[in-house]
Formats: sequence, C-alpha cells, structure tokens
Amino acid sequence: MRATVLVRPKHGILDPQGQAVESSLRQLGFAVGEARVGRVVDLEVESNDLAGARAEVERMCEQLLANPLIESYEIELAETPGE
Amino acid sequence: MNSPQPRIGVLRFPGACDDRDALWALAALDAEAVFVWHTETELPELDAIVLPGGFSYGDYLRCGAIARFAPAMEAVAAFAAQGGLVLGICNGFQILCEAGLLPGVLRRNDSLSFVCRDVLLVVERSDTPFTSRCAEGERLTIPVKHGEGCWFADDALYDELEARRQIVLRYKEPVNGSRNDVAGVVNERGNVMGLMPHPEHAVDPLLGSADGALILSSLVEAARERTLAGV
Repeated sequence: MRATVLVRPKHGILDPQGQAVESSLRQLGFAVGEARVGRVVDLEVESNDLAGARAEVERMCEQLLANPLIESYEIELAETPGE
Repeated sequence: MNSPQPRIGVLRFPGACDDRDALWALAALDAEAVFVWHTETELPELDAIVLPGGFSYGDYLRCGAIARFAPAMEAVAAFAAQGGLVLGICNGFQILCEAGLLPGVLRRNDSLSFVCRDVLLVVERSDTPFTSRCAEGERLTIPVKHGEGCWFADDALYDELEARRQIVLRYKEPVNGSRNDVAGVVNERGNVMGLMPHPEHAVDPLLGSADGALILSSLVEAARERTLAGV
C-alpha cells in the first residue's frame, strides 16, 4: 500500500518560510493570502489492510515524521498500482 | 592536595563540527575530556557528557530528529535517568529536545537567516550544575551560530516551565524569534541542560570573551563533586 503523509506547521504556529513564499508570490503579482510551507513524505507500507496500514503510519508520524509540538499531519492511503 | 579530574565525554555524531572545541575547552578547564562515538551502546565511566554543536545527519527531516536514534543516545537517556549530568550545545540542544530529554523544540529562525555573532545573555538561575559559577541576573557574552535556534513551547508548556523555573538563560535582545527570548533550559530534575549559544567558543579572552568558561567550569565543578562523592 502507498502512503502519502502531509506534515504541516500547526495552526497558529509562526511559519517564516510560508511568509517568505507569500511575499515572493505577491512580488510576482499573484494575489495570495496566507501561504504555509510543510513537507510531503511518500512511503510504501507492507500491510495491505487499510486500517492496519493507517495505524502503522500514524505511529511513524508520532515517533518520527512529525513533531507533535509544532506540526500536524494527514495520511492518505492508496493501493499500490499493479497489486 | 590534588583534586581529582572529572571525566567528561563529548559525544561525536557524523556531521558534528564543534566536538574538538568542546573537548579542548573542557580540558583547558581541568577536566579529562574524552570522545564517545555515536555507535557506542554503552558509555564509558563518565561524570558528565556533552552533546556538541554541528549538523548531525545533515539536519535531515528536522534538526536533531535523526541523531536521537543513534545507539549512544539510548545510553545518554539512561545516564540522564540515573541523574548523570548532560549538557547539549546548539545541535546537542536540538537533539535533547527531539529525544524528549528537554522540553520544547528548536525551529527555523524567524528571520530565516543563519545568525552568527556574539550575543548578550541573562542568567536566570545560578542554582543549577551548569550555572553555579554565575550570579543570577549576570550578563554573559557568548557567540551563537545557528539557523534553527528559535525555541518554541506552547502556552501550557511554557507556563509549566516558568512555574518550575526551568528557563536558565535568556537573550537580552531578540536573536532568533525564540519564545520569550529563551536561550537555555534545564529539565525538571535539573541534571540535563541545553542552550543554543556556544560556551566552548568563549573560554579565552583572546576569542573575544571568556564568559563561556563560567558555564563549562560550573559543569566541570559539578562533575568533580560527583567524582569526590563517588556517585
């Protein structure tokens, strides 16, 4: 199973990278509101059971992929093509 | 009377760059300083250990996030749990936060710029093993050099830390966006401290300031007392 983990700065946490991106986009003439910069982690998970895979990826997020003090995460799961 | 030299380890990670300075500074302050390699699963006989600055594992994912899994870190956690003295400087501070041995987390500086200069610090507590040679309210000049020194704790955590007096050092002026200008914190038990400034770069007036020696010699003294007490 393929997992995509989206890690974002938590709501209310100052995101200087997002602010820099936002002001650069404005300089290019784009009318943008607040920009926030996070990170994407793509993973292959062995498990083919949806609930089991989700629970496993959640543990990965809690232990390593995100720092719960400052980051929130979202998990998307999909069948690996060809399986 | 010869007082015994305390034995202080300096933990070396791949990507560390201040390990030699830390070793040199501790030796200059009359400690027997020894390197400990990150793959060690057990620490040698030590009275204290220092996690030096640098960019362990390239700061991948988040600064300190990968170093926390080094085999030696389990030994450091066990050493801290027994009351052993642990000092994390810069990247060492980041690692101790990611490992959960210190509260909070270090984030990208609010300016997004790397800051490399002397800063003025205010000592909030002189009753820790790391600041016993300082006076409360004393101002220290010590350099910082970091891109991710913006210490953060949410309101609830910050209030708890204030109430338990775990903030040990503050910047006199804002440096990196750190919450309430926090520059150094200690754990609840008081035997683990982390700070972003580099005391090992300020132990000789030739280098611009010797104020860092106050912090490191506090640690050397506390470690010596432990040697004498046979702890």
